[in-house]
Parts: sequence; structure tokens; C-alpha cells
Amino acid sequence: MKNRGKSAFIFFCIAPSVILFFVFMLLPTVNIFRMSLYKWGGYSSNKTFVGFDNFLKLSRDMKFLQSFQNTIFLILIVSIVTIIAALIFAALLTREKIVGQNFFRIVFYIPNILSIVIISAIFSAILDAKNGLLNSVLMVFKGEGAEPIYWLGDQKVVIYSVAMAMIWQAIGYYMVMYMASMASVPESVYESASLEGAGNVHQFFSLTLPLIWTNIRTTLTFFIISNINLSFTIVKAMTSGGPDGSTEVFLSYMYKQAYTNSSYGYGMAVGVVVFLFSFALSGIVNLITKREPIEL
Amino acid sequence: MRKILNKKILIYLVLGMLAIVIVVPVGWVFLASLKQNGEFYNSPWQLPKSFYVQNFIDAWGSAHMGQYMLNSFVVTGLAIGLLLLLALPAAYCLSRFHFRMRKVLNVLFMAGLFINVNYIIVPIFLMFVDGEKLLISMWLSPFFLNNIFVLALVYAATALPFTIYLLSGYFVTIPKTYEEAAYIDGSSYFRTMVEVIFPMARPSIITVILFNFLSFWNEYIIAITLLTDPNGSKTLPVGLMNLMKAQNAAAEYGRMYAGLVIVMLPTLLLYMIVQKKLTQGMMLGGLKG
Repeated sequence: MKNRGKSAFIFFCIAPSVILFFVFMLLPTVNIFRMSLYKWGGYSSNKTFVGFDNFLKLSRDMKFLQSFQNTIFLILIVSIVTIIAALIFAALLTREKIVGQNFFRIVFYIPNILSIVIISAIFSAILDAKNGLLNSVLMVFKGEGAEPIYWLGDQKVVIYSVAMAMIWQAIGYYMVMYMASMASVPESVYESASLEGAGNVHQFFSLTLPLIWTNIRTTLTFFIISNINLSFTIVKAMTSGGPDGSTEVFLSYMYKQAYTNSSYGYGMAVGVVVFLFSFALSGIVNLITKREPIEL
Repeated sequence: MRKILNKKILIYLVLGMLAIVIVVPVGWVFLASLKQNGEFYNSPWQLPKSFYVQNFIDAWGSAHMGQYMLNSFVVTGLAIGLLLLLALPAAYCLSRFHFRMRKVLNVLFMAGLFINVNYIIVPIFLMFVDGEKLLISMWLSPFFLNNIFVLALVYAATALPFTIYLLSGYFVTIPKTYEEAAYIDGSSYFRTMVEVIFPMARPSIITVILFNFLSFWNEYIIAITLLTDPNGSKTLPVGLMNLMKAQNAAAEYGRMYAGLVIVMLPTLLLYMIVQKKLTQGMMLGGLKG
């Protein structure tokens, strides 16, 4: 009797979550893969099975290839700059005796709590060609009347503007993560290193980095996934992929194909490629960054 | 000595620079929200000539930000309530009891950590479109799209994997003796869970609420996809997107920056109050989904 009561209890506790998880997460994920094999306008019920046609078409789609290129560029540059900056700031705040350490930590984390829409609006204001904050500062150095930089209008520049916004948003978050793992390194390790005459920079590279390597590795995978998403949300709010596709990224292209173009099947094929790409890239990064963990 | 002093100065310079780069743009938005439209054609560094509060009145009233704020509170509150109602018992059972399927379910929810909402929002939208068609064919009125309650449900459902992961991690650390004592006293499974275990899990419940408040309050991709009616109800970020577009067309700058402040203020205030908990929670909970 007791046992049946237990089973019923477990069932009622878990069933609601499992059902919702199936309906709103698993089923849609399966649907992405299934729909990528169809040619489908979405609203009409006429779906035709086309096999891998959508994928063949993708491999010749210049706009998709451009979004591919943009995404990889953003993943690379944003990850590299953010990791380096976050590590430096984390090390400064944990290893050095800083007055106002808390203040800096609190301030650096602020961008992470803001909505992407707000960040986009802020950067639109900063990067405005005529009345933007950045250009008005640059004018002081370049002299009055110099040609302004069209941060959001110039096809060659705009991708850097997007990268800037992404880095601004991410540094604080990763800094706090690295601070957490740096704080767990026992002080005695550094003391003995200092006695042997190792300078701060040397300590950073030979002690701190190897000791928190596992944590850095975890964040690498995280960078790939979150940059694919973040680039989409920022691009959607800030540039809509423009001008002329120069900031189009994976998911913004998928979204555009699905809604503006109403070719859902094709859009989902993009989704499948992104899905596989992010898994493959995470796998590769995980493999090449594998080191023997250091035991203290 | 001099060398050490130079080094310190350099460190403060670097830290100060990043602080400026973050504080100045955010602070600038607050100042800009008090400017009159004409002032935006002058240098962006000029302080507002007066406190032009009309911007806020316009944003709140004629741009409907007040209404949207209410919607945002309803959606966020409802989603968090629903999420806790679903995830707490599920996480408890998944981490505490041994039963068939437990392993499979744990693996499934773990896999769910890797499913990002931005990928699956299109199929979810299409599912709702089909649902509307079905309702209309049965002579019922549409229900799924443009419904902030459905939006809250989607938020709660998509936050399940991360929340269950975080809560399970906490539940396994609670010693089993507490429950055994309760069972001996004749307490049922349900009462033991609600009255003994949940109160002990308070720190992790607070972490869950904080993280999800921020992510639901700030979310806009799902909201913009599921709230399709231009005249229907919206959440704050979606309303803000509309203000940004309107600003491009009609040069209503002041109103837009006032809207920005309205969206930002609740999160900034919350952050000031709980910043310590938030960054600590991050260290405990590991990665945010």
C-alpha cells in the first residue's frame, strides 16, 4: 500500500514538468529536424518532402555563407577579447589589494542584468554617426570637421560595432565566474611562489591559469553557444542584419527565412546546420583544450 | 617603492577605464531621458537644460509603457510561480527517490540544458498557429497567440531544465535523516516535501527566482514572436522595440530614453538590493542557461 502511494506521489510530482518539457522543448527540437526535409510555406498545408534539397540549396546560398562567416568571426573575436579581458580583471580584483574591490565587481556586472533591447538602444546612441558619444569623443582627437565613422552604416565597420556591444555585455559575467574559481586557489600556493621569487605576471601564467583551466574550458563551450544566441538577439534589435546583410548571423537568417520569407522548411534547415555546427565546434574545442587536471 | 606605486596607479587606471565605459553610457541614458527633443541636435555631452518630465508622462501614457509594465509584471510573476510549482516537486523526486525511468528523465532534462529557445521558437510558433486553426474549426475563439498567460507558460516550460538542474544539485546535499524522522512521525510524502524539505531549500529557491526574474523580464525574442497583434498586449522589451522604431521615424528621442529608463530601473534596483546574492548564486549554480 505504502509503495503504491509512493509511486503515485512521484508520478504527480514529475508528470507536469515532463509533459511541458516534451511539448515545448523536445517536440519543437524534433520538429526542426523533420521540417528541414520539407518545402513548406508555413501557413498553407501543402508540404512537399524534398529530402536534403534544402541543405543543397543552403550550400550555394551566398547570403547564408555570409551569415556563416559573420557568426564565426563574432564567435572568435568576442570570445578571445572577452576571455583575455575577463581573466585580467578577475586576476586584478582577486590577487591585488584594491580599494573598492566590491564597487568594481558590482559595476562590471551591470551590463549582464540589462535587457539586450536596452543594450542595443544604448549602443545605437553611442554609435550614432552624427550625435553619437563615440564619434564626438573621436572628433576631439581628429579635429572638427573630420569625416565621421558610420559605425552602423558602413558595411565594413558595422560587424565590429556588434562585436563591441557583445563584449561590453559579456566581460563582467565571465569575470565573476573566473573570480569564483580564482578565489578557490589556496593562498599558500602563491606564498610559496613569491618566496621563490616569481613575479605577479609569472604567477598568473604558471599558477593561476593552469589551476583554473577546467573552469576556462567550461566557459569556452559556453562562449560558443551563448555567442550564437547573443549575436542573434543583438543583431535583431540593433541592425536587423543590415546594412545589406553585413551583420546577418546564423539565427537571424533562420528567423528571416521563416518569417519574412515564409519558407519555414528552408529556415529550419539553417537551424539544423547551426545545431550541428555548435555541437561539432564545442566538441573540437573540448578536445584540443584537454589537459591533465592539476592536483594540489 | 616608486615602482610599486606606479603599478598601483596603472591598475586603478585600467579598472577605472572599464568602470567608466560601463557607467557613462548607462548614466547618459538617464540624463537623456530628461532632455527635450531639440536638445538632441546639440552635443550629446550637454547636460539637460531642465528636468523635462513630460518624456516620462508620454512614455508611460501615450506610448503605453505603463500598460506594458503591468503586463511584464504579470508575465514574469506568473512564469516564476508556475516554474517553482512545476520544478520544485520534480527536482525533489528526481534527486531523492529511486524509480524506473529516473535515469532516463535525468538525462533528458540534462540534454534540455543544451536546447536553446532561440532555435525552437519557430516550431513553437507554428504549433500555436495549428492550435488556433483547430480552435477556429471548432467555432472557438483563438487562444494561444497574443496571450500573455500562454507566454508565461512558455517561459516557465523553457526554464525547466536549468531550474531542475540547479534545484536537484541542492536537494542531494540535504541529509536523508530529516525525511526519515518526518516519516516516523507519520507525515505523508507530500507534507514532508512541502513542510520539511522546501523550507530548507530556500537559498536555492531565491537563486532560481533571481535568475529567472532577470531572464523573463528582459526576454524579447519569444515575446515578439508570440505577441503578434500590433495593437495587442505587449511586454516592456517588445514595447521598447516599437519605441525605438518610432524614434527612427519621428525623432521622438526623449520619449524613447524615458522608455529605456522605465525598463531598466526595476532590474537595476533589484540588482542593487541583491547583487551579493546574485554573484554568489552564480558561483554556486555554475553556468546560467
